[in-house]
Amino acid sequence: MGLLREAYYIVLDFLQMLGASGLFLLRLIKFTPQSLLRPRLIFQQVFSVGAMSLVLIMVSGLFIGMVLGLQGYNTLSKFAATSALGTLVVLSLLRELGPVVTALLFAGRAGTALTSEIGLMRATEQIAGMEMMAVDPVRRIVVPRFLAGVISMPLLVGIFNAVGVLGGYLVGVLLMGVDISAFWSQIHSNVDFHEDFVSGVIKSLVFGIATTLIAVFEGYYAQPTAEGVSRATTRTVVNSALAVLALDYLLTAFMF
Amino acid sequence: MAASGQQKNESENVIEITGLKYRRGEKLIFDRLNITIPRGKITAIMGPSGTGKTTLLRIMTGQVLPDRGRVIVEGRNMARLDGDELYELRKSMGFLFQNGALFTDYNVFENVAFPLREHTKLQERLIHHVVLMKLQAVGLRGAWDMMPGEMSGGMARRVALARAIALDPKIIFYDEPFTGLDPISMGVIVRLIRVLNDTLGLTSVIVSHDVAEVSSVSDQSYLISNGKVVARGTPEELEHNKSAWVRQFLQGLADGPVPFHYPGPDYASQLFGEESV
Repeated sequence: MGLLREAYYIVLDFLQMLGASGLFLLRLIKFTPQSLLRPRLIFQQVFSVGAMSLVLIMVSGLFIGMVLGLQGYNTLSKFAATSALGTLVVLSLLRELGPVVTALLFAGRAGTALTSEIGLMRATEQIAGMEMMAVDPVRRIVVPRFLAGVISMPLLVGIFNAVGVLGGYLVGVLLMGVDISAFWSQIHSNVDFHEDFVSGVIKSLVFGIATTLIAVFEGYYAQPTAEGVSRATTRTVVNSALAVLALDYLLTAFMF
Repeated sequence: MAASGQQKNESENVIEITGLKYRRGEKLIFDRLNITIPRGKITAIMGPSGTGKTTLLRIMTGQVLPDRGRVIVEGRNMARLDGDELYELRKSMGFLFQNGALFTDYNVFENVAFPLREHTKLQERLIHHVVLMKLQAVGLRGAWDMMPGEMSGGMARRVALARAIALDPKIIFYDEPFTGLDPISMGVIVRLIRVLNDTLGLTSVIVSHDVAEVSSVSDQSYLISNGKVVARGTPEELEHNKSAWVRQFLQGLADGPVPFHYPGPDYASQLFGEESV
């Protein structure tokens, strides 16, 4: 009985959070046109959310690409099909690894920063101060950060993929000796723009919306204490990771 | 109509609170509280910690809605205002938070410029002038490029004060403005509250428990305890008040009507008996 009740409350909590973040998303969308009129605020956030994540994304992309090159080469060489290495690397990155790994890294790097920043603003009464100055903090603080996250994610995924392909090339062609023309020409003929590239972009957009929404939502409604902000930051990482993986399955099932 | 509206707005009292009831959880914070804030005066609201003084300020500014009672600010019933109307009314209010609530990623200049940039279409040159004038009024023009993290508590509060008066409000609320300040900073804030009130024609509401400082600056004071107004009057009138509670509070006595000990079970029975901690 106790276990059932526990499960009931977990489901209830989950649905409550889903509903609350859905309503919060509607509020963000409502203020988006106004926010777009002040692009400077968004650009500043694209810098701190997106550009500041670049090194992490590029280094991770390089290693993922290198691992793909190595693993792919080892497996493909058993079937004498190493010329397909480029296709394997690019498809893995475009369809799955690029959007998913970037979103997970983004949640860890930028999502936590957003949550703790907004949470601390509430804890230090900066948000209340803004309300007292008749400025809606959702419009002024949250929406530019949300839009910056949504804009940054596809760009970061693009960079992650590009560097990843480079990593695969370095290991596959330069280290393992796969034929350079086979590597590129296979990619050219086997990667479809709509099915592979566009679907990756759609995934990255959805992940960008989900991870940034979770980050700003948790920050805005964080308990205004040190413990509250730290809990909210943890929830951002955990919920973002779960949301990205669950959405990835759903999107993959629909698109491929 | 416009003339009568104007007359209504310029009534004698800026804020009228009648029959205010507010409950937080099980605890009754305010029990049929009545308070009026006269125009152009400095009104202090004093009381021991935990009596809900800050909550009262939040109710006056519409940050918190009471359970019962009427809160009329500038002739407007706070309970009937929608979000936009409340924001419109707040443009005529300044609020000094206890910790200043400055934006930590903006410097002093940008903090004071913030409300101007948000609510006016002033040119950059004019904003520059207005911000420097406000900073000059609080004596911190020279600190325009400092970051909030580099400043002492007293300086941060003065910058917050400059920001609170940036839009030339009619009413200004001070939440514990003297807490945690050294004597010089305290003297500066006391002087600023008086000077700003008189030169800008403001109405000021101070919430505090620093009796000496408040008495030196306020025109009238309310003492509240257990959700009710215990005494009101000018500082001189309060000084001659005969109530034991008022005497205990104003003179800072450890024991009196407000007991030294928080209510609890019998001491001996908790130490040795079955009452456990």
